[in-house]
Amino acid sequence: MNPARGSLLGIEHLEAAEILKILKFARRMNPDKPRPLLKGKRVLLLFYESSTRTRTSFEIAAKSLGAHTVLIQSTGSSIEKGESLLDTGYTVRAVGADVIVIRHPNAGAPYVMAQHIDVPIINAGDGLHEHPSQALLDAYTILRNKKSFKGLQVAIVGDIFHSRVARSACHLLSKFDVKIILCGPPELVPDVATTLAPGIRVTRHIEDALRGTDVLMLLRMQSERLAGMKIDVAGYTARYQMTAARLKMAKKDCIVMHPGPIIRGLELTSEVADGAQARILEEVRNGVPTRMAILARAMGKMR
Amino acid sequence: MTAAPKTRDDRALTSLLIKGGHVIDPSGRVDAPMDVLLKNGHVAEVAPPGKIKGSAEEKFDARGLIVAPGFIDLHVHLREPGQAHKETIATGTAAAAAGGFTSVCTMPNTIPVVDSVEWIEWLRQPERGAVVNVFPIAAATRASKGASLTDFRALQTAGAIAVTDDGKPILDDGIMREALVLGGELNFPVVQHAEDTRTTENCSMHAGARSFRLGLRGMTAAAEASIVDRDVHLAMQIPNARLHVAHLSTSDALKSLRRAKRAKARVTLEVTPHHFTLSDEDMLDYDSNYKMNPPLRSASDLEAILVALADGTVDAIATDHAPHAAHEKEMEFERAAFGITGLETALALAITRLHREKHIPLSRVVELFTAGPARCFDLRGRGTLIRGSIADVTIFDPKKKWTFDVAKSQSKSKNTPFNGWQLTGKVIATIVGGKIVYAS
Repeated sequence: MNPARGSLLGIEHLEAAEILKILKFARRMNPDKPRPLLKGKRVLLLFYESSTRTRTSFEIAAKSLGAHTVLIQSTGSSIEKGESLLDTGYTVRAVGADVIVIRHPNAGAPYVMAQHIDVPIINAGDGLHEHPSQALLDAYTILRNKKSFKGLQVAIVGDIFHSRVARSACHLLSKFDVKIILCGPPELVPDVATTLAPGIRVTRHIEDALRGTDVLMLLRMQSERLAGMKIDVAGYTARYQMTAARLKMAKKDCIVMHPGPIIRGLELTSEVADGAQARILEEVRNGVPTRMAILARAMGKMR
Repeated sequence: MTAAPKTRDDRALTSLLIKGGHVIDPSGRVDAPMDVLLKNGHVAEVAPPGKIKGSAEEKFDARGLIVAPGFIDLHVHLREPGQAHKETIATGTAAAAAGGFTSVCTMPNTIPVVDSVEWIEWLRQPERGAVVNVFPIAAATRASKGASLTDFRALQTAGAIAVTDDGKPILDDGIMREALVLGGELNFPVVQHAEDTRTTENCSMHAGARSFRLGLRGMTAAAEASIVDRDVHLAMQIPNARLHVAHLSTSDALKSLRRAKRAKARVTLEVTPHHFTLSDEDMLDYDSNYKMNPPLRSASDLEAILVALADGTVDAIATDHAPHAAHEKEMEFERAAFGITGLETALALAITRLHREKHIPLSRVVELFTAGPARCFDLRGRGTLIRGSIADVTIFDPKKKWTFDVAKSQSKSKNTPFNGWQLTGKVIATIVGGKIVYAS
């Protein structure tokens, strides 16, 4: 079965024109001025992994559009009793879900769901694979701070290997010919990362990543996914931590982004996190209108 | 379709004349139009058309068909004892017969593990309902835990034809050395699934650009090559040691094997149809019918395997037939079971891919299913049509085009990436001990 129309499984197979359409529609969305585009619809939030930002943001977005939301988490549901992914999917479909938003620790779980369940599936993060709503809200944030994608240089620093945010961001930015620099040690930023999309370069040196950069995206070290990898945290901090002094190497108007949660003192200092160039909380705010647009699109209401 | 299971009595009574076919028997360097007479369970005569005197109770018209020694599959999982919901010896051997295999070698990673004489005997009992010959491979270590060797001598006497801890490779150098030493003394092959499992935890496909893109942790080529390299070194040091490398998948591991073969070490290797047909780039997104171990490798590994199949480095094609129930496959890719079925598509994939696309001679393809595997495990009287050998014969049409429909598979499980594939080359009849056990 093909995924239902309106599904958002990843950025990789989304066309640039469609991305711009979503971003344009997101600009018209405002949670403080609710629009009943999804009145009476049921949005099922199926979370197999913990989440603060993404979950609350989708929930507020759905409610701002007039939908009912139901949250199902792996703990405290039948999932704990060993129910399979597809059986859970069939069940929530049977109780009347109109859209399923799914976060899952395994890459591709939303794809499996979309092949068997006939309602739009929205990927809210799947394993190491993609996090499309995050990439869209980041693009939204970039466009609110920069005139356009044209000529931009974006540096992504940190644990790229374990980051679905980085993969989605690379796919999205590459579609708009943005220069992308990935920076970190080989264990976290393997050379193969350049094959993800056109226009990606890998560097091991933070100075190299910062020079001429308009947008800096920092990532958290995903200790829960390291699975036996031995990473020297002190060494990482010494070489890659974003400090006020290092940030000066980037363009003057460079903005600092981070998908959260941030770990102060590791990938960045408090000075940077709370500094004038930081857009970290703006990203969180922008998540709501972006996800309103994603949900409206899922229900064919993005007009 | 499939005939009733053979019994010893029918075998002894039957004579069958296969007329008008083209015999390809690489063991006797035969590649010519020949008639074949099977009598009392053995090959009585192979002679030019019309030259066989005397009558037979049954005749088989093989005009336009290839008549070959019965195919041997060195690597199948028939799932008994313990996992009959995936496959049984009866259903698995029915699939083997439909695929032209007259002999299959079963892997011991069942529940419980086949590590004792009792289980070897159980596997060989007529009550299992096998329609083709079943040659059990026993576990190399107790419960395949890798700690202490099983009783090779007793297992061999009971009918095991090799030992392996398939799926749980022997990592410990000392244990592997012991296995090869004892195997060498008994002329007993040690089969290794080469994977350094210390580096492949949570991995579900080959490590490369595709795995990075899909966000799946990848098994490196080095995880296979390092174990093959270690095993080859041991095999070259130990007198008479016999090492068989299961489902070889990487070009790096192939290099060690070529070196060993040049040095006349007693090492053999098999390759699966999926590894000579597909690469990791062919995988459909998160479709677990493309998930197996070893995983589909890179395009350059695939090319290296094709060269090794053509030049004689590879000894056998083996399916690694690994049936799983739908609920064990239709799930998150990373959690789905490893393995695909393969018995009914092996010959057609070999003809389509190796013979028609890569122009490997049909006689070489037949060798990879017959004399090659028979040599690996010393299956005497099999894989050959020389007079006096056992009357196991595979008859196929090398030109017949057909579409594989998994719904019609004889296997209990349907986990294959080849459903709906248009293939060339079809099994027409499978003869075991002189009796037709499958005819299409």
